[in-house]
Amino acid sequence: MSWSQEELVAAAYAVVFLFVLVYVAIIAAKLARLQRETAELVELARRKSGGTS
Amino acid sequence: MGLALVLALIVAPEDADQGISQRIFYIHVPIALTAYFCFGLGAVKALLLLWRGEERYDLESYVAIHQGTIFGALTLITGSIWARASWGIWWTWSSNQLVLFLVLFLFYCAYFMLRFSLEDGPRRARSSAVYALFGVALIPVSFLAIRLAADFIHPTVFTRDGPQMSGTMFATFLVCWGAVTLLAYVLYRVELAGKRLDADLRELREVLQ
Repeated sequence: MSWSQEELVAAAYAVVFLFVLVYVAIIAAKLARLQRETAELVELARRKSGGTS
Repeated sequence: MGLALVLALIVAPEDADQGISQRIFYIHVPIALTAYFCFGLGAVKALLLLWRGEERYDLESYVAIHQGTIFGALTLITGSIWARASWGIWWTWSSNQLVLFLVLFLFYCAYFMLRFSLEDGPRRARSSAVYALFGVALIPVSFLAIRLAADFIHPTVFTRDGPQMSGTMFATFLVCWGAVTLLAYVLYRVELAGKRLDADLRELREVLQ
């Protein structure tokens, strides 16, 4: 397959953009998980404090 | 990043020798320099861990090396695309610069194999730190290989006489370098914050259960 110079330049920049996009998506997914876990722990802490008081 | 893209793809003049493919330089070289910097930062944090024994340096070293590996992968991919555009081939084993960078990249990939094969704790932190310090020796070798290489297939842009490019091209390069460094810094801080938060939540869960 033959690639033109313009296509190769576009490919180089697109690869970088795609990598950053995937990285940000992974970070976003992780933040969503941490948010869920924080909510679970808040609920757990409330139940515990309710049970002891 | 937006300004860097506009400068690199529109404003910077076209290279008389390489034509449009030279524009890959503005993304490839800053990414490569950032990868070296991240690996170096990882080694500095590893040294601090061994010296001061503070646990936080382990995570900071790990995240820096993780960033370095990501930017290293991007260096190899963008370099390969540039090689195809300039030399007509995706890869050549005859260029010391390329092979040494690949060795450096694979060395740091093995860092993760070592790290995740050990149980979490001080032993893993120390072993990872020692490995990261060994890797830092490869950075100057890889960086200088371009000047020591006998094949001269990889271009040398920065010589003792300064940058071998016009003022606009150099300014574009500096803006792109700054943008990539800033991106790496932001990603480093975000990943580090996420990992610290994760560790804190795990600890909190243990306390509550």
